[in-house]
Amino acid sequence: MTNLEKLEQILSEYKELEPGSLTLETTFEELELDSLDLVDMTMACEDAFGVSIELTDDLKTVGDLLKLVEKD
Amino acid sequence: MSFSILGAGSALPSCVKTNDDLAQILDTSDQWIYTRTGIRRRHVITTETITGMAAEAARKALAAAGITPEDLDYIVCPTVGGDYITPGLGCTLQEELGAHCPAIDINAGCSGFLYSLDVVDGIFARKKARYVLVTAAEGLSRIMDWTERSTCVLFGDGAGAVVLGEGDGLRYLKLRTQGCSAPLHGRFPMGNSPWTKEEPHTHFVHMEGQEVYKFAVNTICTSVQEALEETGLSIDDMHHVLLHQANMRIIEAARRKLSIPEERCHCCIEETGNISAASIPTLIDRCSREGLFHSGENLLLCAFGAGFTSGTAILTWK
Repeated sequence: MTNLEKLEQILSEYKELEPGSLTLETTFEELELDSLDLVDMTMACEDAFGVSIELTDDLKTVGDLLKLVEKD
Repeated sequence: MSFSILGAGSALPSCVKTNDDLAQILDTSDQWIYTRTGIRRRHVITTETITGMAAEAARKALAAAGITPEDLDYIVCPTVGGDYITPGLGCTLQEELGAHCPAIDINAGCSGFLYSLDVVDGIFARKKARYVLVTAAEGLSRIMDWTERSTCVLFGDGAGAVVLGEGDGLRYLKLRTQGCSAPLHGRFPMGNSPWTKEEPHTHFVHMEGQEVYKFAVNTICTSVQEALEETGLSIDDMHHVLLHQANMRIIEAARRKLSIPEERCHCCIEETGNISAASIPTLIDRCSREGLFHSGENLLLCAFGAGFTSGTAILTWK
């Protein structure tokens, strides 16, 4: 499973997603995640990828998140 | 020998403000607030005092315990602030009740009730008391910025009290402090010292919701798992779970992660909002008056708050 597929699996806990529909350009705004969904989802990513993610205003797209989970 | 809960009481101010009421003064809506917080309404002080609310809750707890203010050996008041900077709420409550025992305040943010239980555990361990009153009372509407929609909608005013007597109800209690004031704090009002170099500021509560959410969910999960490991108990042994009522999304996230059955996780946030240190004793009062607690059942309490502070306790109902 690729990291993008892993992210899609995590995000599908928050929003109904068609398999393969997530792209690097997909924004969290498009997915209609509110601020608490976003923090909860990044916590799930921290557990799944074993990384620490700092929430900043720059975290807007799936690509931004992928960079953070792959940083180590 | 430590303590057992002998009686509980709670009080809320009479003025109720619904989310629709707040939508009249803020750019918000019932739907926005409810989906993000689980709150429908909160009670706010108009003519009441914090001491008055505390006294009402305390009198109910004393009546439930079958004792009078003269019987008290200590009063402990968890609060972020009473009616005065000084004297503390403990003193004004003692005066209002006509009690004669020592009285102190504990400021540990929303975890104050758990911190107070730890202090009381020490009082009983030193055999300094037969009866101790713990009364949490908060007037948070006084320190909210009512033009800042993301924070003020979360909080309410209220008081919750328990009377504790010698007993072996306390099975576990652990506190933690993780010094970190930036994400959640309220400052003293500016004075008028001619020598101050302080930057102008308000006394309103500042909260960074995402940071607090993350701290809260992680803390509840870690602390509860630790409590269960250290006591050799399982989540199935917890008949009642009373988490600090800060936000329904926090409660639900923690409940799911810890596999706590929904019917065991008691809540009052929909009606009260976040009433800080008063939330857990208020829940204890409501559940006990509804007859939900039975002798020998375990109560799991967990609170978190500004500091960051947190506390977890397991109590067996009398």
